[in-house]
Amino acid sequence: MPFVTAASQAHDYDVIVVGSGAGGGQAAYTLAMEGAKVLLLEAGRRYRPATETPMFQTPELAPLRATGTPQKPFGFYDATVDGGWQVPGEPYVSAGTSDGERFQWWRARMLGGRTNHWGRIALRYGPYDFKPRTRDGLGFDWPLAYADIAPYYDRVERLIGVYGSNEGLENTPDSPPGCLLPPPAPLVSDYLIAQRARRLGIPAIAGHRAVLTRPLDFKSSPALLHPGNVRAQRILAEDMRARTACFWATPCGRGCAIRANYQSTTVHLPPALASGNLDITTDAMVYEVTLAGDGRASGVGFIERSTREQRHARARVVVLAASACESVRILLNSRNARFPHGLANSSGRLGRYLMDTVGSSVSGQVPLLESLPSLNEDAADGMQLYTPWWLYREQRAGRLGFARGYHIEFGGGRRMPGFGTAAGLEWLTAGSYGARFKQDARRYYGSFVSFDGRGEMIPNDLSYCELDPQLKDTWGIPVLRFHWRWSQHELRQAAHMQRTFTDIIEAMGGRTRGPAESDGARAIAPGGSIIHEVGGAIMGSDPATSVTNQWCQTWDVPNLFLTDGAVFASNADKNPTLTIMALAWRASDHILDRMRRREL
Amino acid sequence: MDRRTSIKWVLAASAWPLLTVPAGGAAAAAAGAAGYGTDPDLLAAYHPGELWPLTLSSAQRQLAQVLCDLIIPADERSPAASQVGVVDFIDEWVSAPYPACRRDRPMLLEGFAWLDAEAAGRFGKGFAASALHQQSAICDDICDARRALPQRRAAAAFFARYRDLTAGGFYSTPVGRTDLGYIGNVPQARFDGPPAALLKKLNLP
Repeated sequence: MPFVTAASQAHDYDVIVVGSGAGGGQAAYTLAMEGAKVLLLEAGRRYRPATETPMFQTPELAPLRATGTPQKPFGFYDATVDGGWQVPGEPYVSAGTSDGERFQWWRARMLGGRTNHWGRIALRYGPYDFKPRTRDGLGFDWPLAYADIAPYYDRVERLIGVYGSNEGLENTPDSPPGCLLPPPAPLVSDYLIAQRARRLGIPAIAGHRAVLTRPLDFKSSPALLHPGNVRAQRILAEDMRARTACFWATPCGRGCAIRANYQSTTVHLPPALASGNLDITTDAMVYEVTLAGDGRASGVGFIERSTREQRHARARVVVLAASACESVRILLNSRNARFPHGLANSSGRLGRYLMDTVGSSVSGQVPLLESLPSLNEDAADGMQLYTPWWLYREQRAGRLGFARGYHIEFGGGRRMPGFGTAAGLEWLTAGSYGARFKQDARRYYGSFVSFDGRGEMIPNDLSYCELDPQLKDTWGIPVLRFHWRWSQHELRQAAHMQRTFTDIIEAMGGRTRGPAESDGARAIAPGGSIIHEVGGAIMGSDPATSVTNQWCQTWDVPNLFLTDGAVFASNADKNPTLTIMALAWRASDHILDRMRRREL
Repeated sequence: MDRRTSIKWVLAASAWPLLTVPAGGAAAAAAGAAGYGTDPDLLAAYHPGELWPLTLSSAQRQLAQVLCDLIIPADERSPAASQVGVVDFIDEWVSAPYPACRRDRPMLLEGFAWLDAEAAGRFGKGFAASALHQQSAICDDICDARRALPQRRAAAAFFARYRDLTAGGFYSTPVGRTDLGYIGNVPQARFDGPPAALLKKLNLP
């Protein structure tokens, strides 16, 4: 009975996993497929992508033409359930009120969490990214190196399906043969951006996204992913065959009913459930990790949302993967005589070093792309190409004024018209209306390109979260209060993005609506808005200055692990999801190994 | 987030300023009391007026229709905006409980009133009852905020917003998509990118 309630849970689980997104899904998958009895607790409701995904729905069928509202910030058809930067009944506090000191916390309350709607961008961290302090003296080194995690990147890519190419570029790792799926063809706008960017010395290569450009290799991958485990191989092969390759239509952010992209609910959880080793309880809001007399975790306390009652579940091992800040919140709320400042917080670093991604955007209009013939450019729904960070040498020479890099997510094309397609054109049309406006709309449709910078933020002492002394959520759980500050490294980087993107647009013969923003504080997106928040329980090699070791195991409580973004010791420009999964798989292997040796 | 998602976020953020701290809580609950909530049925087909009542008067709807069709009239390729439900969409928009809609409502209603007053002062009748060339003369004065006289700035801002809403309502319909030549949203066995002849014409790659 895979979906269970508090009343029907078993009493002898090996592992409780809290959270069902990228980190929790991967942990539950690895542990269950390899024979551990797992209870997965998800705060949100059960979610069924096969029957709930609005694949081909068009905006005229939706309220307000499907444009975003505070209740559906990414648009009506976005997959997110009960989520956004505000979740009803679950407030948080931002200590700072100015733009530069505000932090916005995105959450989703659904099985699979935000993996249901994410952008599917799946980039590996490179060797530099694990040793940033060694390179430039800032931030923290991870207690592991690229070589330690590379085999897990290989596995995750084979399991979930990631397209991309190997280019041999600095700190932009290649994957071994057989890991990556072929990248999709670029669009006209992609070709033009790549051509003009290269003239400026800026590379443009195939993107990496978790979208199946062809069916998965169900013949050889299962044996590589589960060596010696024939049953797991059979289950996985069957499940891989049931996933369909992309049919080059419908936005990934709605989720995918044909399972052509990665979401925890379509990739991790189905085979894990098929193993018979996974029970899932949804609508279970975990608020604390409980301790046994010997100082080990005994289980978790959670609110059953349907009854609002407090419940308890027990296991030999507890894995928190509730998202970086939510996992930190659970630990801060797990106070007791031994840990008065929160569980696993003897270092005092719990909640510290929150990081998001530096974001800044510029869009422009390109006459060369006007009035092109009708082409179907739905493609893979974005990031056919991208630009990895390319100025390592200039940065090393100290010529940039900021220490870390960014990548560029760019694109254009004839996307499905919607609410904003012909809005705000007066800077190009001199305010046309009537027959002339209709001609202008046709002329300019598909001629816009946009550039989004995604850059590394260096952890700092002023960006952290703690418990608010007063405020509680609707479940009676104390809420988080966030503190946020950028350093000059991030602000200068954002200004550099603005200049670079404007240069590329001009090199395309295009124009932007205004000049590049040279003030980084105005160019940078507010903290939390890129939704790459990591840190808060960073891993390290010293128990005095970190919360976990390299196995995501808390220093203070040996059978307590964190497999979400909380353990990140740096937040490279590469979107964190693939690394979360690689770390979760590695931690789960470690848990299995220790359990087999009866050490856990 | 991918590029597309982040564009949507930028659009969403510009239209919907995030509530001041503490986020969520009472404010979100108040919005949830109306609206479609945070877990609506995504597979249903919705119609204006179904989730919250439409509130424009018949005179306002008449003016809304005239103005929609001045902005997007019928031409050889597609019908006028009002023919594809844009007036209902505008009414749905100004009647909706969300912050941007609530902000737009007084702006639009004042804009309607301004048009009527302007038409009455210049031509002796309401805007909707004025002749097409008279309506156009008024629109010409306010269609470009940069060229509008200082005393018409508010009216020009209204017109710009109304044009965006009209275009948003129109191009998000099947007729609007066809007008722009959009041919996607259909499953395909393969995606090969643009035809070689087009790339060659553009000197790409």
